[in-house]
Amino acid sequence: MHELAVTESIVGIVLKHAEGAGAKRVTDIHLTIGELTGFVDDSIQFYFDFISKDTLAEGATLTFKRVPARARCRQCGHEFEPSPVTLWTCPACEAIGGDVVAGREFFVDSIEVE
Amino acid sequence: MPKVKVVERILSANDQIAAENRARLDAQGVVTINIMASPGAGKTSLILRTAEALRGRLRVGAIEGDVASSVDADKVAAAGVPVVQINTGGQCHLDAPMVTRALDALPLDDVDVLLVENVGNLICPSGFQLGQRWDVVVSSVPEGDDKPLKYPGIFTEVDAVVINKIDLQPYLDYDEAAFRQTVRALNADVPIFSLSCKTGEGVADWADWLVAAVDK
Repeated sequence: MHELAVTESIVGIVLKHAEGAGAKRVTDIHLTIGELTGFVDDSIQFYFDFISKDTLAEGATLTFKRVPARARCRQCGHEFEPSPVTLWTCPACEAIGGDVVAGREFFVDSIEVE
Repeated sequence: MPKVKVVERILSANDQIAAENRARLDAQGVVTINIMASPGAGKTSLILRTAEALRGRLRVGAIEGDVASSVDADKVAAAGVPVVQINTGGQCHLDAPMVTRALDALPLDDVDVLLVENVGNLICPSGFQLGQRWDVVVSSVPEGDDKPLKYPGIFTEVDAVVINKIDLQPYLDYDEAAFRQTVRALNADVPIFSLSCKTGEGVADWADWLVAAVDK
């Protein structure tokens, strides 16, 4: 949902770092996206092609590293991936609830430039 | 091809403006609560009941977010609460710039708690920071006890859950225990308040929690 606003932000970050590196062109952009952020790759790609037009980043390839959600059980410390069926119930001790240890990442990891 | 390490968090322009709103509200000593729910769950009724219950304890202000009309703000203003209506003109959620403009129009020196009624929707509002300190979701008995299963995202992130319209329980197949169990599975420690804005039952507990939370 609402990928337009964040894609604008991605292009801003990419251009800032590309210009800082004295690049003429950005060829690749590596993004890390946690499952819990809800952002959709295809939408980001769609908006990116539009927003990056006539910039150093035009035509760059986006790659997405998806990070699955992981929770740590508050009862026994076991780490698990919450499932759509059992939700945040620990599969080891069946206690309910956990602290999110992964899945909320959302950052530009690196860019490749010419 | 040279690789440039970036590792920079992606913040939308909205998040940056929300952070400015939050700093401004903190500096003014105003605690802001973002109230989210489906259409018709009773957000405006909860604001009216809350303002009434807090009278003499905390000074309440309100922002009413709706796609159109000033129906809600008119009701809240009639109760003597300073209020600003935001009409989003079709947008399904409030965003931070809208709240910035509303703050300009509110007497913030005279407000301790600012209740922000978001647009009725259980998906989009939770994706847009406004500058709030807390998020609350209201879920009403007629909506069914399976709402947290269908919209887990919002229930995972909120700081309190309000079950409204408990006076209708005798007429409906609503399993409150099942609702609470699902909420707990998503958000283990979140406080859950059962109340009726119609009869006033349970409102005192919710208001007491707010007073204690604001003092923290």
